[in-house]
Amino acid sequence: MTGTPVVVRDLVVRFGARTALDGVSMTAQPGQVTAVVGGDGAGKTTLLRALVGRVGLSGGSIEAPQPHEIGYLPATTGSWRDLTVQENIDFVGGSYGLAPAVLAERSRRVLSAAGLEPYRDRTSRQLSGGMRRKLGVCLALLHDPTVLVLDEPSTGVDPVSRVDLWRLAAQAAAAGATVVMSTTYLDEAERASQVLVLDRGSALVAGPPAEIVGDFDVPLTQNHDAIRPEWAWRRGRTFREVWPTDPPPPDLATIAADLEDVVIARTLLRANGRGRG
Amino acid sequence: MTAPPLLEVRGVTKRFGDFVAVDDVSLWVGAGEVVGLLGANGAGKTTVLRIALGLLGATAGEARLLGSYPDRAVRRRIGYVPQGLGLYADMSVRENVAFVAEVYGRRGAQVPAEMAGVADELVGRLSLGIQRELAFACALLHEPELVVLDEPTSGVGALARTALWDTIHERADAGVGVLVTTHYMQEAEQCDRLLLMAGGRLVGEGSAEQIVGDTAAVEVHVDQWARAFDVLSSAGLPVTLSGTSVRVADAPADDVSGVLAAAGIHAEVAVVPATIEERMTVLSRADATGRG
Repeated sequence: MTGTPVVVRDLVVRFGARTALDGVSMTAQPGQVTAVVGGDGAGKTTLLRALVGRVGLSGGSIEAPQPHEIGYLPATTGSWRDLTVQENIDFVGGSYGLAPAVLAERSRRVLSAAGLEPYRDRTSRQLSGGMRRKLGVCLALLHDPTVLVLDEPSTGVDPVSRVDLWRLAAQAAAAGATVVMSTTYLDEAERASQVLVLDRGSALVAGPPAEIVGDFDVPLTQNHDAIRPEWAWRRGRTFREVWPTDPPPPDLATIAADLEDVVIARTLLRANGRGRG
Repeated sequence: MTAPPLLEVRGVTKRFGDFVAVDDVSLWVGAGEVVGLLGANGAGKTTVLRIALGLLGATAGEARLLGSYPDRAVRRRIGYVPQGLGLYADMSVRENVAFVAEVYGRRGAQVPAEMAGVADELVGRLSLGIQRELAFACALLHEPELVVLDEPTSGVGALARTALWDTIHERADAGVGVLVTTHYMQEAEQCDRLLLMAGGRLVGEGSAEQIVGDTAAVEVHVDQWARAFDVLSSAGLPVTLSGTSVRVADAPADDVSGVLAAAGIHAEVAVVPATIEERMTVLSRADATGRG
């Protein structure tokens, strides 16, 4: 498998009057998992659909291999519910024109990595949500794509299946593929080599997770109450609060931010800055 | 004398034929606390919850809801937000509120103040974060003493998620008991107390640190992470990826080093505390072997 980076430059996507993506840039490297993070409406699905050529660009450019070299798991589907695991494999393998021997070997490899070997005769409908997402990833991997694009593979999936999903993605990356996956969960994004955080259609912050955290130099405090609610957010029974202009009160110790704190703080900095400016 | 728990199961067992879905579980939720019920698929969370709410009979043991036998009349006094939210997407916020109010005999209930700006919007056109806020508000319209939330912040962005937790904790501060079922660690950390189920049993209780207990993971720092990942996977170890370091849950560091050395890979290994997710994976693997 030869590595192919995916390069997105100043991407703009509009749907009628609505701008879904507004000047997004990203480079996903072969051999790495790149995570695209954001809540609903952030633009994750639009970006991933643009990568696989399913959305027209209103501006900017995307360098990616031809569609037949890409494996894609859409956000909603990914397998045929009334077909068995084996029939799904045969159908997708057939549509890529894989020789029976090649298909047999690949399906054994991906199904065993996904823990789905014992369920070849179950219909997709009979699988749990997590198993069905894993099957979707297996199908996206069957033709040995150079680029693997997974749209929220782990949403609604239990932790055990989630580990299998990460194993599939990491194995594809280990074999040289460029893997791009979206998630709403930052603890999951922390495992990726590169993270792109989207907020309302544009990049909030991007880079390796450790750098995103390390580069954040706005004082952060933890307290039982929010002193300035517009700059504070809840973590369990305590509040975190960020101090972009005023120094924090001397009696409050500053604490180290994690990725979740940095993303929330940067969202607030953007929102509050916009509100005032 | 302390107030009785809002929800309680004592020594509950549930068998379906030969299969023991729930095995001697006792748990409770008190007023004003946010309790997280964690577990992988098949751990028994849903079965315990159904028994606690009186929707399913137990083979043995007892369930109490708001101090009584969990019948329909008692169930009317609790609130529930399913993962699918249970809202009407083709109706406006105002209509959804009016409908729920009517069902619970609370005619005249107002749209929550923070949603006044979108009161006449169709629910299906609102962001998921606002929809979740609305579902929570609807579940609270009849002033329940206990609410049960299924993955209440799934799919929502980081900032909207903390706003939702704020609403949840405000209600808990006002005395409502909250039971959250979730798979997600970021939801778990927002709870006051966690309960972890695996293989039908309650296997952990307390803070995240207490749930993880002694379970450790081995973190492998190596230049050729891809090869290390492959080699450790092939050896049947439960491997995951964290950035470009590879993690193996619940395996002796010597075993991990041994497998790597045999493949000619030089790596630094460090023993670190496992995550709750890794703890669940370890339990579920043990369960799969144990129960066949």
